[in-house]
Amino acid sequence: MDIGLAHYLTVAGVLFATGVAGIFLNRKNVIIILMSIELMLLSVNINFVAFSMFLEDLVGQVFAFMVLTVAAAEAAIGLAILVAFFRNRGDIAVTSANSMRN
Amino acid sequence: MSFAVFAFYVFAASAILSGLGVILSKNPVHSVLALIMAFIATAGLFVLMGAEYLAFLLMVVYVGAVAVLFLFVVMMLDIDFDELRSDYARFAPLGIFVALALVAQLAMVVSAWQIPDDARQARAKPTEGLIDASGAPVGNAEQLAMVLYTDYVHYFQIAGLILLVAMVGAITLTFRERRGVKTQDVSDQVARRREDSVEVVSVPSGRGI
Repeated sequence: MDIGLAHYLTVAGVLFATGVAGIFLNRKNVIIILMSIELMLLSVNINFVAFSMFLEDLVGQVFAFMVLTVAAAEAAIGLAILVAFFRNRGDIAVTSANSMRN
Repeated sequence: MSFAVFAFYVFAASAILSGLGVILSKNPVHSVLALIMAFIATAGLFVLMGAEYLAFLLMVVYVGAVAVLFLFVVMMLDIDFDELRSDYARFAPLGIFVALALVAQLAMVVSAWQIPDDARQARAKPTEGLIDASGAPVGNAEQLAMVLYTDYVHYFQIAGLILLVAMVGAITLTFRERRGVKTQDVSDQVARRREDSVEVVSVPSGRGI
């Protein structure tokens, strides 16, 4: 039995669903939510590279490179916002993050 | 079962299991460690797919930088994580339902969808056409360099710009100016002139100033 495109797409799909479930399960904890987003971006990267391998086209890998860049920038900014939020409020519960609304 | 097939199943299983570990573990430090494991397993999958450059980029950028950043923030902030897990069970059915629905929909898409016959003709950068100066086929990193620095150089520059903006933004967000702390004011020091600070007084003998 050979490992083909569908195998990699399955792994990526399961990993993406895991990330989505993580956002629901840890609704209060922003750190875990950020990690779930990283997981989802990782599964998207698996998809890009799998199609790049399957079609023997390099553009998929170039795009995965861009996704990697944006994910790294997003993690840095997200954690910086988290640190600033923690300094202002003393906790990181996202359910109390609606103070700008009032 | 060849070794490549065995390696695929090992990496795929560890990627999925550590993904579950990220979202299910009680301790956020364990979540970060599971995230690192998921990145390493995905890098293994990338190597199996022949994308070595992205695999090692994943190791350097994610395992080396992003995961350590997460670990740093988790350990630096004094957070009561038990309180944050208080309504964990409330949204568990919804989360599991959404995840299963997503998996079912993706399975339907993958099983029903067929790659069109002209997909291979529509490729922008086929890998087999790339050869070096001596005419020999080149490896993955070199192939990527050949397209990234030529046709996709603007995207490459934009990626650098995004990272620069992210760096400036992160520094601006977390920078805290402390008030009431006696620090050196360099510009004030440099701008100081002799006439402002030194006064020559000729004191007459026998009298004070």
